Amino acid sequence: MTVTVRVPAQLRTLTGGAGEVVVEGDTVGSVLKALDTEHPGFAERVFDDKGELRRFVNVFLADEDVRFLGGLATPVAPGQTVSIVPAVAGG
Amino acid sequence: MTFVDGLRCRECGRAYPAEALHVCDFCFGPLEVAYDYDAVAAVITRERIEAGPRSIWRYADLLPVADAAPVDLGAGFTPLVRADRLAAELGLGELWIKDDTANPTGSFKDRVVSVALTKARQLGFKVAACASTGNLANSVAAHAARAGMESVVLIPSNLESAKIVMTAVYGGRVVAVDGTYDDVNRLCAELTSERPGWAFANVNIRTYYAEGSKTLAFEVAEQLGWRAPDHVVVPIGSGSQLTKVAKGFGELRRVGLLHDTHTVRISGAQATGCAPVATAFAEGADVIRPVKPDTIAKSLAIGNPADGWYALDVIRSSGGSCAAVTDDEIRAGIGLLARTEGIFAETAGGVTIATLAKLAASGAIRPDERVVALVTGHGLKTAEALAGTVAPTVTIAPTLEAFNAAGILDETVAGPPS
Repeated sequence: MTVTVRVPAQLRTLTGGAGEVVVEGDTVGSVLKALDTEHPGFAERVFDDKGELRRFVNVFLADEDVRFLGGLATPVAPGQTVSIVPAVAGG
Repeated sequence: MTFVDGLRCRECGRAYPAEALHVCDFCFGPLEVAYDYDAVAAVITRERIEAGPRSIWRYADLLPVADAAPVDLGAGFTPLVRADRLAAELGLGELWIKDDTANPTGSFKDRVVSVALTKARQLGFKVAACASTGNLANSVAAHAARAGMESVVLIPSNLESAKIVMTAVYGGRVVAVDGTYDDVNRLCAELTSERPGWAFANVNIRTYYAEGSKTLAFEVAEQLGWRAPDHVVVPIGSGSQLTKVAKGFGELRRVGLLHDTHTVRISGAQATGCAPVATAFAEGADVIRPVKPDTIAKSLAIGNPADGWYALDVIRSSGGSCAAVTDDEIRAGIGLLARTEGIFAETAGGVTIATLAKLAASGAIRPDERVVALVTGHGLKTAEALAGTVAPTVTIAPTLEAFNAAGILDETVAGPPS
């Protein structure tokens, strides 16, 4: 299914400057992998060497932190938005 | 002039120019200000500092921005108060309270905001913004007004009413968000990509902003006669303040202003209703699990603390401890500090004092240590947290008979003071 991904400024060099891109996927993890297929370079920026999200990368599904959901295995519904957001902010 | 030598990623070491950048483009790790400490050491002296303004700007050599006329309401150089009556209650020896309630908008946030907006103005920003649990909102709105900048402050809609009034009065835009602070923070982190012309104090300017908290350590050392304390108790929201307090003592040593060689033990204080760092400390865990906050200490209600991991690392490596206290303990802590030392702290201060009490009782803080507790915000900001727990002793008619009948301090009626 088709999902919108919001891309932070730090990663827009990979999307030709676009802040939102549309990819296919049925889980958060498969959406991020599809993103890397269409815009090579995302995977090494977002995943650590174990394939988990890097410590300083937050991913939100419909504005909820996926760590409160099912992590990368969280199913994605049509029309939902996945956001990649730098974790170091606030306080 | 500054002694800034650019920015560096704390994780991977990549170098960046001293611009409005806060995370590494590659690994998303936090950027830190790098200084030429040898050059600082060559000019800085205790006398040079002591001849400076009675504000954070006396430490400009160790701040990331220099300006002949900083965005300044007089933040810093707050009282360090010897707290013998509180120490006696807790079974401690030499105890000091760093009273940051005395800052211009009533919290330590004036330190970081004065630095952040001075840098933002130099970088050419016209709009100051932030995600806030309240204290930062107060301070950004006030300093932006002072600087003639527009302000856009985003807060959770359930904040204490005083914190909302203290933000809105300065005439900026106040956006109340139906959500937690973590929701507000996520929104601001996304907005930073969409509004690159705005200086978000704790997002794209965060690298500079956070450095302002080092002045707590600088002042404590100076006010102790250029000595380091043995142990400092610091409240943890994002964890930034705690890590910067440790950095501040380290820098004073690095530039030759502090000759003590002992490691300052740093202990963290959290509320049970939002204790991701205290939980990780207790469990010996290496990851901070985010939580959904539920506590009266709203200024510390950050369930996903940006510097949680670094705070944990400082606590462990310095030999400190970390504990969490309940809402009732927080209220009792506020009362204890007020009753013994005459200082009215907000809920975060209640967290600090209640944690101090808990760690003193457990032996983690010892009576032979010189201890400093950071009280970082004024009690009037969160007065509603005490609703129903403090009230007039009695309400009477305006007559002598009524007063006498109330029995107020009857045991001291005997005569004039001797």
